[in-house]
Amino acid sequence: MFKKLIQKARVKSPWLLHYDCSSCNGCDIEVLACLTPVYDIERFGIINVGNPMHADILLVTGTVNYRSRKVLLNLFNQMPDPKLVVAIGTCALSGGIFREAYNVIGGVDKVIAVDVYVTGCPAKPEAIIDGVTLGLNRFTQRKEGKKAHAR
Amino acid sequence: MLKTVIPFGPQHPVLPEPLHLQLTVEDEVITEAIPALGFVHRGLEMLAHIRDFHQVTQVVERVCGICSMIHAMCYCQGIEAIMGIEVPPRATFLRTIWSELHRMHSHLLWLGLFADSFGFESLFMQLWKIREKVLDLNEATTGNRIIVSVNLIGGVRRDLAPEQISWILAELAEVEQDINRLGSTLLTDYTVKKRTVGKGVITKDKAFELGLAGPTLRASGVCQDMRMLGYAAFDELDFEPVVETEGDCHARSKVRFREVRQSIDLIRQALSRIAQSEIRTKVKGRPQGETVCRVEQPRGELFYYIKADGTKNLERLRIRTPTFANIPALLSILPGMWLSDVPVAVLSIDPCISCTER
Amino acid sequence: MRDEVISVSPDNLVGAVAKLKVEGYRFVTLSCMQGDVNTVVILYHFDKDLVLKHLRVRVPADGPLPSITAVYFAAFLVENEIQDLFGLRFSGLAVDYERTLYLDGGEVKVTPFCKYTVAKIQGDEAKSLPASADRHSTGGS
Repeated sequence: MFKKLIQKARVKSPWLLHYDCSSCNGCDIEVLACLTPVYDIERFGIINVGNPMHADILLVTGTVNYRSRKVLLNLFNQMPDPKLVVAIGTCALSGGIFREAYNVIGGVDKVIAVDVYVTGCPAKPEAIIDGVTLGLNRFTQRKEGKKAHAR
Repeated sequence: MLKTVIPFGPQHPVLPEPLHLQLTVEDEVITEAIPALGFVHRGLEMLAHIRDFHQVTQVVERVCGICSMIHAMCYCQGIEAIMGIEVPPRATFLRTIWSELHRMHSHLLWLGLFADSFGFESLFMQLWKIREKVLDLNEATTGNRIIVSVNLIGGVRRDLAPEQISWILAELAEVEQDINRLGSTLLTDYTVKKRTVGKGVITKDKAFELGLAGPTLRASGVCQDMRMLGYAAFDELDFEPVVETEGDCHARSKVRFREVRQSIDLIRQALSRIAQSEIRTKVKGRPQGETVCRVEQPRGELFYYIKADGTKNLERLRIRTPTFANIPALLSILPGMWLSDVPVAVLSIDPCISCTER
Repeated sequence: MRDEVISVSPDNLVGAVAKLKVEGYRFVTLSCMQGDVNTVVILYHFDKDLVLKHLRVRVPADGPLPSITAVYFAAFLVENEIQDLFGLRFSGLAVDYERTLYLDGGEVKVTPFCKYTVAKIQGDEAKSLPASADRHSTGGS
């Protein structure tokens, strides 16, 4: 019964951690725009936090470069299980327009396992909210004991 | 007193972006600040060697998502200068309008984040609510909210219909009303002034010596605005740079606040004087030669150096963004500050890290 | 370019820059590009009342070039950037990141904008380089 309660609470009030890997800021400010009155992601009980240990969902924007890779892994490993990774924007999916640049590794899924991909350059706030709520469904479906993993 | 090194960033609640600072503190007072970059470095200038020079327009838009249109405009103006292309007058007016819309949304974004940095969350929410109206204007006129992709070498992609113009004017009137309502809170409120007045002062001489750019420079009393160069249609508009003299965080927010209103005024002027003509010219051939192009970004002077050798790829594309010029300001204002004032001081220069590192 | 370009030798560089500072010029930035196989061309941009002035310096690809941070402190970032991206060395830098401003060791092993250096490394020791280095060397040159 207690487990069920936690499960329910998690889906009703997931906390977000946002990390800008090496994005152009387009998706970042759209993530921030989600928190503000017009889109107001807080109506789903979602709060943006700064501490990875408080967070359930990791929003990653931008391509991964060699230096931000370490930070991303750091943040991901600090987050408690179960956790969810949402990659936002074309860059986070595949590297996008930057994929041929020398300091770009590629999409976020080259470093950590991604649960939800949100497309767009930049992704619209509606799409980001949709992606996060889609991820919440994954929370309810995910079996006990299955853990997200770093690659 | 023992010296401690405190890392600030790359992931920090105040900053949406990964800026990393190594702060050496003695007690609670900062004695030294060293920035560490590289978390957003992609190597974008390199892409100009791989991509066709027309495609680079889309690449430079992604230098920074906030002022993307202005980056593309600067690049296009540079290539047009090399190739000697005459842009139709209507296109220059349209570029002016969109660049001012970008300045408005960027300044509103910054004012909001700045309010957030000293813990005034309701002001942050209010300012971002106004900003959404500006983004709606972007979306309705160009099809996208932020990265609008309207620039082409030789003109612009989209035109404004007459009914859109009247709609923009009506929306701008609403935005202006909302901004004026918040103005008194932002500029005269006791708590806001307590956190910003007298913090992080940069004198006029110091600002000039550090080579600062944009609102950070103008808040210190230096009258320098690249729009005075008269690129696009700015030479046909009545325009006076916004200058404040105190040089502290409060002056910087005042400059940006006044610039939002100035942008509304500039858009109105541009809409009333807009010329009737084509919106693009055909571009033939390939660029050869070198040029420097400068425009005013929301954060300051944007500098492009373009060298082309007559092939479809450019030989060198060098981008100097305003935040790159403003980072030395941080090193100069942070020492001597309280640790709790660091977010305010860092945000006061309007850091855009993806611009800085490219 | 429409603006004035002055050619300066590396030895006279700091003096020429100091003279511009006395005349009231504001430091804008440096632009670096590959000259030919062994040289790098650097443009120093200065601004006064919205008019630009450029100093053009041609130096050997491995430097060292005297740093101008003693005159204009603000140049330290861009000089470090050039150290990273072109492999050129500046002597007397106020804040020296030792080529780790953007690229750490173990990441991108070559100086990305030096097409000739990249080609050379590729021929000699291509096998020991990471995949990313091969990729951009083919794209860059």
